[in-house]
Amino acid sequence: MIEFLSQSWPWYVTGPLLGLMVPLLLVLGNKQFGVSSSLQHICAATMPLKANYFRYNWRDQAWNLALVAGVIAGAVLAVVLLDGNSAPAITDRAQDLFASWGLAAADSLQPVELFALSNLFSVRTLVALLFGGFLVGFGARYAGGCTSGHAVMGLSLLNLGSLVSVIGFFIGGLLVSHLVVPFIMAL
Amino acid sequence: MSSTTTAGTTGTIRLGALLKFFVIGVYFGIVLIKGEVISWFRIQEMFHFRSFYMYGVLGSAVAVGVLSVALIKAFNLRAVDGAQIKLAGKPFNRIGNLAGGIIFGFGWALTGACPGPLYALLGAGYWAVLLAVAGALAGTVAYGYLKPSLPH
Repeated sequence: MIEFLSQSWPWYVTGPLLGLMVPLLLVLGNKQFGVSSSLQHICAATMPLKANYFRYNWRDQAWNLALVAGVIAGAVLAVVLLDGNSAPAITDRAQDLFASWGLAAADSLQPVELFALSNLFSVRTLVALLFGGFLVGFGARYAGGCTSGHAVMGLSLLNLGSLVSVIGFFIGGLLVSHLVVPFIMAL
Repeated sequence: MSSTTTAGTTGTIRLGALLKFFVIGVYFGIVLIKGEVISWFRIQEMFHFRSFYMYGVLGSAVAVGVLSVALIKAFNLRAVDGAQIKLAGKPFNRIGNLAGGIIFGFGWALTGACPGPLYALLGAGYWAVLLAVAGALAGTVAYGYLKPSLPH
């Protein structure tokens, strides 16, 4: 079992297991799946912010913080027990693309060029992670959800606003992945 | 933090009630890591159409979600506490959904991670992700202050 779980999973295993988050949270907790609202709750809980957006009782939403704490713990387990940080099974065509951007072949989930601590304050890492993270937080809250809340939960409810958001995710992602990321990686 | 107050009291945190969400989160974290959907390589591979993998993952995840919601409706299933399951979607904001979505997409491609993966990558020991988490919190603060003046 452990050996089976430790291998790379095909899409038709990963996808349905992710989709099960919808009924698990609805039936066991009567909550709609979503992750990015945790960012708002963390801000409301830890910072003295005056804006109305942060003036509510975040404790009522503590379930969402428990969920993301669980995600961190689950990731630790996956890496320690299930060989979770091995190189992803990307296609040769993807390998060729990344090599053309000057990246070393993948030997773990993330490229050393971005995530190695020795590169932490390079322009490349600051733009990709710090500025990219800013856009993730700002955009997710402006759209009212992220890949979890809109793409998985919202589309499961056949919700129009979620569909528009997901179209936005891909417009933005395609533009930046094609026009900006190759140049960032060459910095 | 109180763990012994009466059920239903707002403004308090009951750790026992939170345990199931923590456990569901553990499950989610394992799937995110083992499914490789938190990998920068997988995200760029998806945006450059170099593999079907991520599209298959998203499509089959939504299929399971749609089916689950349909079953809950068809059989009028209740949550474990006996309450009616809340299935109302989020409100449609023409500009907010699209503009926010596009901005989120920019960040998704730059970092190779969305919010769930940010937490999972911390657990996987990628400390550089703290930069992205700090950025995401700053972005949330910026949105919170700009919200009244942004079109939605």
